[in-house]
Amino acid sequence: LRLIYTTTPVQIKNVGASGPEKYTEEFIKKQIEEFNLGKRHLANMMGEDPETFTQEDIDRAVAYLFPSGLFDKQARPMMKHPTEIFPEQRKIQWGEDGRPFHFLFYTGKQSYYSLMHETYEKLLNVQKYQDQLAAQDHLPQKEKKNLAGSRWLTKIELEEMLLEKLSDDDYSRFIQLLEKLMALTCVDMEEEHIQKFSKEVPVQLKKVVIEPLKYDERGVAFSTGEGTRKTAKATVVVYDNGTGKITVNGIDILHYFPVLQDREQLLFPFQFLDRVGKHDMVCTVSGGGRSAQAGAIRLASAKALRSFVTEKEVEFMRQAGLLTVDPRVKERKKPGQEGARRKFTWKKR
Amino acid sequence: DDKLLSEPLSHPDFFNVKELFSLKDLFDARVHLGHKKGCRHRFMEPYIFGCRLDQDIIDLDQTMQHLQLALNFTAHIAYRKGIILFISRKRQFCHLIESTARECGEYAHTRYWQGGLLTNAHIQFGPGVRLPDLLIFLNSLNNVFEPHVAIRDAAKMNIPTVGVVDTNCNPCLITYPIPGNDDSPTAMELYCKLFRMTIIRAKDKRRQSEVFSELR
Repeated sequence: LRLIYTTTPVQIKNVGASGPEKYTEEFIKKQIEEFNLGKRHLANMMGEDPETFTQEDIDRAVAYLFPSGLFDKQARPMMKHPTEIFPEQRKIQWGEDGRPFHFLFYTGKQSYYSLMHETYEKLLNVQKYQDQLAAQDHLPQKEKKNLAGSRWLTKIELEEMLLEKLSDDDYSRFIQLLEKLMALTCVDMEEEHIQKFSKEVPVQLKKVVIEPLKYDERGVAFSTGEGTRKTAKATVVVYDNGTGKITVNGIDILHYFPVLQDREQLLFPFQFLDRVGKHDMVCTVSGGGRSAQAGAIRLASAKALRSFVTEKEVEFMRQAGLLTVDPRVKERKKPGQEGARRKFTWKKR
Repeated sequence: DDKLLSEPLSHPDFFNVKELFSLKDLFDARVHLGHKKGCRHRFMEPYIFGCRLDQDIIDLDQTMQHLQLALNFTAHIAYRKGIILFISRKRQFCHLIESTARECGEYAHTRYWQGGLLTNAHIQFGPGVRLPDLLIFLNSLNNVFEPHVAIRDAAKMNIPTVGVVDTNCNPCLITYPIPGNDDSPTAMELYCKLFRMTIIRAKDKRRQSEVFSELR
């Protein structure tokens, strides 16, 4: 250790300022040995085979032997492999003679800077190769690769990969370097290195898949649909070649929905598509009230009718609002108020 | 072991660093070129040979002497297994210097210098860190054309420094300044080559001496 000629008060260790304690390689090795021994002891105690004792068995054994009623899972007794308990970052980075292992140790962020160094080296190699090819006029044409198929790692993912804290500036510099590398023509030789830092983005399907018609034993085409409205759930089966008969939970709609308004709601999709007497419908509905069940069945039947109808008419239905789920639900009552919005009566004195 | 360490100190040039470079090499690498007269630092005037068309020319005889002293010193430090840290804040040569350091087995810092690296090391790195025993500045100024913070910090921490000082640099706190150009790529490559050869030579000699003493 370097001898600094200062007075004693200055050498007092500031316990809070330095981060969590660091530990050496040997300490970790000893911990791993102790863990393996302890695993065998535990297996013997539980009467199981020490050779085939997995981590789940350990967890079960510990939960059995040391039952704990503590709420926080991480406060309960646990026995895990030392590499999971002692994070990689806090290992001491220098050997016995004091010399650090990594050549960029004194920068502070050694893994980030070594990554930048390697990437820049790859960039230089690619440029040199490109210049050589250009000198011999063998330059290949740049092919446009997939534009929206991949994205770069986010800052948090990069931090996890490097086990070091990064600043936004560092992250943006790294991404700029990668973009610069991608812009060159002869990038293919360094593809594997770049792919470590890019992730696939699944292309989101914008179009909703309309299911094709199904045919039952009699040869009649039918399709199903589901709908919800305000706690009511409905499932509907719409049959072709029908007379306009509608059954809800085994009961005819005239008896199930005595009110005209509800029956109008049920008929709206058919009326919109001019198919009033052409389809039969069998529905099951539960939950909600009278109006909510009617709305749920309306949505379900509109969804089922999509399979019978052209795409243009589906677009018309969507614009008419037949295919949108109604998001209105009962608003919660708040404390200090009579209801969701109504306040208590205000008295002047 | 004692003899191992005290033997090199008795010779003026134990590692024979004089043969690594010559005046012609320095001239071809354009080490003598300085900045314009307006950029001249007052303390660099003893090292300047003259001024032609407003551009300062560095005296290569003095450069030879200083370079020989500096290389001898680095060789001794490397022989005694000291930690050497290369510092430069020029983005152009950052990659070159880092690769040089990696090949030597020594360390480099060509990035943004965090304030407490040397002075606050026990908290930044952890208790029991070993600080560098020599700092080599291949570029004495930082990106804002001010003297690098590490020069002052090394002086505070009693760490010897070797540095290439250009005509606009302050050679005051550097223990072994080397007046010379720090902007041309050829000059930087020459310095890197020289330092790399000295360090490797010193380490090889150390290994040889250890083998000989073990054989006895």
